Amino acid sequence: MKDKVSADISLNVSGVTVTYRNGNTGLRDASFSLSAGSICGLVGVNGSGKSTLFKAIMGFVTPTTGTVQIGGRPAAEAMRKNLVAYVPQAEEVDWNFPVLVEDVVMMGRYGHMGFLRTPSVHDRAMVTDALDRVRMTEYRDRQIGELSGGQKKRVFLARALAQEGKLILLDEPFTGVDVKTEHAIIDLMGELRDAGHLMLVSTHNLGSVPDFCDQVVLINQTVLAAGPTETTFTQSNLEEAFGGVLRHFRLDGTELHNDEDERGVTVLTDDERPVIFYGNKDRAHEPRRRQRDRDETGPPPEFMDDAS
Amino acid sequence: MSELLVPFAYDYMIKAMVISALVGGVCAFLSAYLMLKGWSLMGDALAHAIVPGVAGAYILGLPFAAGAFLAGLLASLGMYLVNQVSRLREDAIIGLIFTSFFAFGLLLVSIYPTAVNVQTIIMGNVLAIPDDEALQVLIIAAVSLTILTLKWRDLMVVFFDENYARTVGLHPIRLKILFFTLLSACTVAALQTVGAFLVVAMVITPGATAYLLTDRFHILLLLSVAIGAATSFIGAYLSFFLNGATGGIIVVLQTVVFLAIFLFAPKHGLLQTRRAAAASIAEHEQTS
Repeated sequence: MKDKVSADISLNVSGVTVTYRNGNTGLRDASFSLSAGSICGLVGVNGSGKSTLFKAIMGFVTPTTGTVQIGGRPAAEAMRKNLVAYVPQAEEVDWNFPVLVEDVVMMGRYGHMGFLRTPSVHDRAMVTDALDRVRMTEYRDRQIGELSGGQKKRVFLARALAQEGKLILLDEPFTGVDVKTEHAIIDLMGELRDAGHLMLVSTHNLGSVPDFCDQVVLINQTVLAAGPTETTFTQSNLEEAFGGVLRHFRLDGTELHNDEDERGVTVLTDDERPVIFYGNKDRAHEPRRRQRDRDETGPPPEFMDDAS
Repeated sequence: MSELLVPFAYDYMIKAMVISALVGGVCAFLSAYLMLKGWSLMGDALAHAIVPGVAGAYILGLPFAAGAFLAGLLASLGMYLVNQVSRLREDAIIGLIFTSFFAFGLLLVSIYPTAVNVQTIIMGNVLAIPDDEALQVLIIAAVSLTILTLKWRDLMVVFFDENYARTVGLHPIRLKILFFTLLSACTVAALQTVGAFLVVAMVITPGATAYLLTDRFHILLLLSVAIGAATSFIGAYLSFFLNGATGGIIVVLQTVVFLAIFLFAPKHGLLQTRRAAAASIAEHEQTS
């Protein structure tokens, strides 16, 4: 399935404010826009409004002011047209539910089925294909509770693939996942980007953001900065987004060098993979795109069987 | 041999067995969903909450189903509203509302003792069910079963992953309202066969039993319905010989089936999980 996204997808969030019934404001005047063929990292502390933003995009909460447009349509209409696929966190579902891996992936096809939701040959083929792309074919007959953390994530990914959503929302896809699976997920997202999909990925994993995101949205109650990773994912923006919450290490020039070089190393981490800045603090920072670990370890990352 | 066929010679017995089987089947269908969501006691609450509705309907000479349904609706609405505005936990709210409704029902029955036999509501009496009530039960069960057969997949997705259900264009709130409407309707129907006390068994036990036998939802539904319908049919049949309350016999049968499967189920049974655990320990010891 080399799916070519026919109509170009886009996501337009403009001036969105979400106030909950209890008076708390989840999000204030948030605006950014994204277009097809892109992976955008959504970065912010817990409680910064990442999930509220997802909910607003999916139409689960109605913004008090502002609008969300997906492919030029309102959120609810885009949902009905199956434009949006959602990859939730593993905690959101009951893993003891009596369904097999292939049943869950088949749920991705429901929006394409008729009144009785009877799977067609094409639906079955899409499920097989999606399972194959995330290397879960051999687990298709397993009850979902028998899977490891990484495998569970892959089932959700396969469901999103089967759904053929053009905008894919991934909620913390790397939590509870080993490094190999993380790389495999990143590779898959790369393929989807090349096929013209648009992905919005919320993550704590600051270190890997420059690896796979070409766009970045920094959020803390509102959108602090949004744009290409090179210009947006900077030390000063991150410090603003995270306030004092991040662990922050800096080694100054004198500690690193014996010469007059003033460049220092700054490590910012949210207790996952840290992001590292090297250079003069006063100059414009440009996080160097690190070589992917695969170049160091040799074989390209694959979805490995991470069941113990 | 011919003695065993005697119940089939009586119209009232055939009627009782058919109605029990149908009601048992449709309640079992609902039980597959209820027990997965941890909502088992909602069934219990609803069954008790409809008692004043039934009593009121008898007093006013209305169809009992209408009264029961109204009361069920009021109780659900009450639970929802209290849940929204108070910080009490859900189980406390359920307990509070259903006991109040039940008490009010008992009060009504005690004030107008001639209007309705309290025994009928609480214990059920399918053997003596009048034709018009039998018809109401049949219609409720048949309509519910049809809707469930058509919409079981949608309900499954909503119960499994509500957020995702929305992203594929389903309407979780509408489907949940549909589900609880069916649940109220079927509790009303079951009231006639097993009574208010035992309805809760009908909407939990078959699903819980089937859950131990399979990892696939559609098979769980089929097994659950088969268990519910068969135990209800046989229970009604046996009550002819045992001369006991039909509801009691049905629920005892369901419990016996549950216990047998709880012990001996091929994958999730107690004995098998013990054996599997022992085997894996032995294997571990061998390799180390």
